Amino acid sequence: MTGPILEVRHLSKSFGANVVLRDIDFTVRPGDVTTIIGPSGSGKSTLLRCINLLETPTSGEVVFHGDNVAARGVNPTVYRSKVGMVFQSFNLFNNMTVLDNCTVGQRKVLKREAEAARQNAMQYLEQVGMAPYINARPRQLSGGQKQRVAIARALAMDPEVLLFDEPTSALDPEMVGEVLTVMQDLARRGMTMLVVTHEMAFAREVSNHVVFMADGVIAEEGAPAQLFDAPQNPRTREFLSRFRGA
Amino acid sequence: MDKLIQLGSDMARLWAAHSPKYLLGVRNTLILAIAATVIGCLIGFLCGVLNTIPYTRQDPLPKRFALKLVRVLVRAYVEVFRGTPMMLQAVFIYYGLPYFTDGAVAFKGISGIWVASLLVVSINTGAYMAESVRGGIISIDPGQTEGAKAIGMNHVQTMTAVILPQALRNIMPQIGNNLIINIKDTSVMFIIGFIEFFAQHRNIVGVNNMFFPSASIEMIGYLTMTLTASFLLRWAEKRMDGDANFELVQEDALTLSAGTYSHPDRGTPFDEHSREYTGGKGDN
Repeated sequence: MTGPILEVRHLSKSFGANVVLRDIDFTVRPGDVTTIIGPSGSGKSTLLRCINLLETPTSGEVVFHGDNVAARGVNPTVYRSKVGMVFQSFNLFNNMTVLDNCTVGQRKVLKREAEAARQNAMQYLEQVGMAPYINARPRQLSGGQKQRVAIARALAMDPEVLLFDEPTSALDPEMVGEVLTVMQDLARRGMTMLVVTHEMAFAREVSNHVVFMADGVIAEEGAPAQLFDAPQNPRTREFLSRFRGA
Repeated sequence: MDKLIQLGSDMARLWAAHSPKYLLGVRNTLILAIAATVIGCLIGFLCGVLNTIPYTRQDPLPKRFALKLVRVLVRAYVEVFRGTPMMLQAVFIYYGLPYFTDGAVAFKGISGIWVASLLVVSINTGAYMAESVRGGIISIDPGQTEGAKAIGMNHVQTMTAVILPQALRNIMPQIGNNLIINIKDTSVMFIIGFIEFFAQHRNIVGVNNMFFPSASIEMIGYLTMTLTASFLLRWAEKRMDGDANFELVQEDALTLSAGTYSHPDRGTPFDEHSREYTGGKGDN
């Protein structure tokens, strides 16, 4: 058995007097698809941003292959290049074409040759069904197309784990399916993923570990079948009933 | 009407006699204005980037101190050069250097005047551009920076590859403003003996007293330069925006893939036509 890729230990985050995350602990092993669910404002996105060090944790550790990357004086760029991130608002580079979006990181950060970067990017753009659009600019694409390019951009860095921050929340309903399909496909290929989402169907069908967060703490976690069918915590039951009742 | 005809003939006589002088003035004005705008933009971009290097309380003290110091210095530079007349700055630098070095170092001869003029106009433009660039950088969606950081880019890479190209596009109108201001305001460099378009007017009328016809030539000359500059800048902005359309790339030119991409989610819980999750035992 291989060791965990990522461990979050006693992580807390506060903005001024406002405590957003309290003593969060969990582990991501290779091949895991972990979903983080919970009501708005429970700290899910902040947790993901702390893991990628876009926010600096107030205390606690983010351990990547045994090294605490949240420690003072650690340069986060190498770590970040190994941990992909897909944002709710896509954050594609507006000044570049689809292809350049997927190659710029490989060339500048990983120092790959232009041709190698292009081939690698094409492979992933093919995988997400965006290969015909390599000459388009982000403003010319629909939301679902942008998010698929964003996933290809993250994949092109050959990351060890992919973080998704509500990847379908900014999409029109008819575009949610195309993005979830791409993500399901990734999970099937063995990609290690950590997904903050409101898509309960995805959490249940695709992930093998579900974390339920409420008020900045992990209220309950476990296998999807257990958490969805036999939730122990009353908060979990209340939260899930809103999705069932519909 | 007679007056207009007289003005026309006066201008024609002036032009016939002095056109090389006027044209030399135009040439020098344009070289100085364009070179100073380019150098000023570089200074502005440098200051803008230095000014926006992020630091947090977690950073080590020397780094925070250095970045704070840089911001104070840039701020001081901007305030001093934005807050004093360019004509005065020219005199200040041109006479200040030999004063402090007892004449050992001075702006000597024609080339000295060129260097001093270029220095003053560039530094001035840089002071204005520093603020424009800062505004341009602030105006870019923070998501762009986060997207770049998330794939492991450092501050310089993020700036050069992602933020500055977008900021440059946004501040093109400002750069255009500065170029046009420089075309006109380089005329104050006559104070240290720089021979530009307006200085030539002073030279020419000093001999023949034809103030108004010469001023008319100058008006037309300056307007021609600034209108051309405006036109070229608009054209450059259009070029930067790129094509409004894009080509689909596909192996088989006969298949149209736009809108016909077959999503492999039919029949799965993520089928876009049945969004509600029904746990596999649903009724739709």
